[in-house]
Amino acid sequence: MTEPVWITGIGLVSSLGEGAAPHLAALADPAAKPVLDETGFAPFPVHPLPPLDLDRQIPKKGDQRQMEPWQRLGTYAAGLALDSGAARGLVGDMHLVVAAGGGERDIALDEAVAAELAPLPPAEAARLLNERLANGLRPTLFLAQLSNLLAGNISIVHGVTGSSRTFMGEEQAAADAVRIAAARLAEGRGEIALAGGAYIAGRWDMLLPYAAGGSLWRGAWAPVAQRLAGGTDGGMVMGTAGAFLLLETESHARARGAAGLARLTMVATGAARRRGKDTARASTLALAEQIRPLLRDGYAVLSGATGAAAPGTEEAGFLADLRESGPAQGPLRYSADLIGHTVEAAFPANLALAALALGQDGAPAQVLVTGFGLWRGEALALVERIDGGAT
Amino acid sequence: MSQAQDRPASGATNVPRASGATRDHLGRPLVAVTGIGLMTPLGFGVAESWAGLLAGRSGIRSITRFPTDHLKTSIAGAVDLPEDREGAPLTAAARVERLAVLAAEEAVADAGIGGPGDFPGPLFLGMPPVEVEWPHRFDLARHGQGPEAGRYPAMIAAAEGRRDLFETCLFGGVGERLADRFGTRGAPISLTTACATGASAIQLGVEAIQRGEAAAALCIGAEGSVQPESLIRFSLLSALSTRNDDPARASRPFEKTREGFVMAEGAAALVLESLEGARARGARVLGLVLGCGERADKFHRTRSNPDGGAIIGAMRAAIADAGLEPAQIDYVNAHGTGTPENDKMETLGMRAVFGDAPPPISSNKSMIGHTLSAAGAIEAVFSLLTIRDGRLPPTINHETPDPAIPLDVVPNVARDAKVARVLSNSFGFGGQNVCLVLGAEPAG
Repeated sequence: MTEPVWITGIGLVSSLGEGAAPHLAALADPAAKPVLDETGFAPFPVHPLPPLDLDRQIPKKGDQRQMEPWQRLGTYAAGLALDSGAARGLVGDMHLVVAAGGGERDIALDEAVAAELAPLPPAEAARLLNERLANGLRPTLFLAQLSNLLAGNISIVHGVTGSSRTFMGEEQAAADAVRIAAARLAEGRGEIALAGGAYIAGRWDMLLPYAAGGSLWRGAWAPVAQRLAGGTDGGMVMGTAGAFLLLETESHARARGAAGLARLTMVATGAARRRGKDTARASTLALAEQIRPLLRDGYAVLSGATGAAAPGTEEAGFLADLRESGPAQGPLRYSADLIGHTVEAAFPANLALAALALGQDGAPAQVLVTGFGLWRGEALALVERIDGGAT
Repeated sequence: MSQAQDRPASGATNVPRASGATRDHLGRPLVAVTGIGLMTPLGFGVAESWAGLLAGRSGIRSITRFPTDHLKTSIAGAVDLPEDREGAPLTAAARVERLAVLAAEEAVADAGIGGPGDFPGPLFLGMPPVEVEWPHRFDLARHGQGPEAGRYPAMIAAAEGRRDLFETCLFGGVGERLADRFGTRGAPISLTTACATGASAIQLGVEAIQRGEAAAALCIGAEGSVQPESLIRFSLLSALSTRNDDPARASRPFEKTREGFVMAEGAAALVLESLEGARARGARVLGLVLGCGERADKFHRTRSNPDGGAIIGAMRAAIADAGLEPAQIDYVNAHGTGTPENDKMETLGMRAVFGDAPPPISSNKSMIGHTLSAAGAIEAVFSLLTIRDGRLPPTINHETPDPAIPLDVVPNVARDAKVARVLSNSFGFGGQNVCLVLGAEPAG
């Protein structure tokens, strides 16, 4: 990269609440307890959506009605990032990269149609399906379901129009969204960008595929370390988060007098096949080659571990490798212990938490943020305090 | 900011770039297209698809893959595959993957690059969102117990152990399997920008090469969403043509009686390389991606701002990125969906960018329909073929000109023209607009 990239704004909403304060409080307290809903989606505990005063970020009721909770959460968090970076006036040429899953389905309609038609002969079910959907689907729901319409709504509600890209692919999509947004700034394609994603944990339509993959933690909540230590498959406790980062070239931030919250020194992503020697641990070690020379004693690690054992074991191995070959590692925190695993929001949320942590008295000057996707995808980022970081 | 195989990013300085025949006006590496692959409603492969397009053939037909009772629209540019079984067609995720594989195999072979399963660059895959579909839900509900069988908790219980369902429906699943198959480097990037998706995939590949992050890129746009729920969703937006009785004449871009687009499927793959790298390995160069432009609209979820600002901005940005003036564009490959709104706005954009004498513009969608996530990539390939053969594909079904559309739309019949540079437009729902400028290889 040629031009340093700063994080100059953070929009963060999780089950803990919105903005810096509740997240800093949780980071500061090793015994912090997460906010949980252990009954609504039993046997799966989830970290629920906090109450939001939507009117503050999505002033038009018409806009709110065109969205479902996932798009609203992301649009809300994007607005928080703009406010946090005092960047409302810069949206016309601001670039946007969103990591997106799918929007909410109409659960009641799905259940009614499945219950009625599944027992019928397939040919008859297929004919009736057309009728039930044609009469039952709401026109606005299609747009609320479309993945790229989170970005579309951010453009419409907040006026971000420099460019708009939506990446798909779970955790990895978000890491690459941040990586590419930052790389484009670093090479001079624009000076300010918004990157992030959103995830709603309390959704049966999303729990279905993850449950099918055997990926979800069941029963009473347990911290990540305990889930990884049990000799079992572990499991994810899904979290709810909207997380957007305002990324800006240092020169642009300085020119407008914007305070940098942290320097995004490096983002690196990879995707091991996770078979044979092509392991997540090896993939991440290769990524770390670029970061290792920059690490200094006492760097903190903010782990994006999902709670699932397989990637968790790989990450533990990687961190051990890094300890052996690099400077002394400082404290390790699992973001999933605070806010759950938030898939497309996880990597930006973890960068946001890292950037917030750097601003605290006595905090390490560097945070290494890890991302080991549940199924695929590895990512590392180095976030540094601006006054003292390596250059 | 880099992927695993990159040069170290720290400490890299802005080295002065050599100018010359392999650099563009901004000193960036010129990006060549050295391989193309197509799957369209007109045929499997580049040759069949292009021949059909030049012949003015329509690939739009009545849907036979599933019952169309109660559907307002029962026509599409569906691409049926040998894997489709009677009563059990492929799901969208599986079809997208299969179409992408077929197009990419053709493109990689065409480029003669890398080795089997060893493509020397990243994958950028434009595709639609995929999800658990009705056949899955019915299957799970049938395996459920009792009166609650259709409820999500019961379907989830029935889904236990269905790792296949999980991997099929992950958004990253198709890209991962393609990356595995073709041996692309680094994390595969899957993306959606609605109807501009295919163009965005190419743009990301171009940028990776321009940044020096990759020497080559495999860029794919794929679509396979002709299934009942998708058709109904688009119908509810009043976006689709309902000329069910006359499928071949249903897609009528720029024509007075147009009343909606026709959903279609397909895929295109392009192998991009730095021109320098392509020449060094003696590759045949099909053409260049000279410029990319994008602009988001903030006006409305499905409509452009009436001032056309974002469309005009994207077109101008692409031309400027290529270091060209509008007058140097010889032909425009239209977004041209055949909705009243799009074609009106695209006309406005054409007149704003090119003035009173815009170049000819034609819509591939008049023949293949709107391939949605694949469209930008398919139309980029057709743009390159237009340059290669010096022949403009027509806009068919042009029966009653629309006086509000004063454009040369190459009505009904292909024609010869010397074409060195094409602007290819892609405008998406949600206001995501991407334009590409494709050009002939400069004399070396």
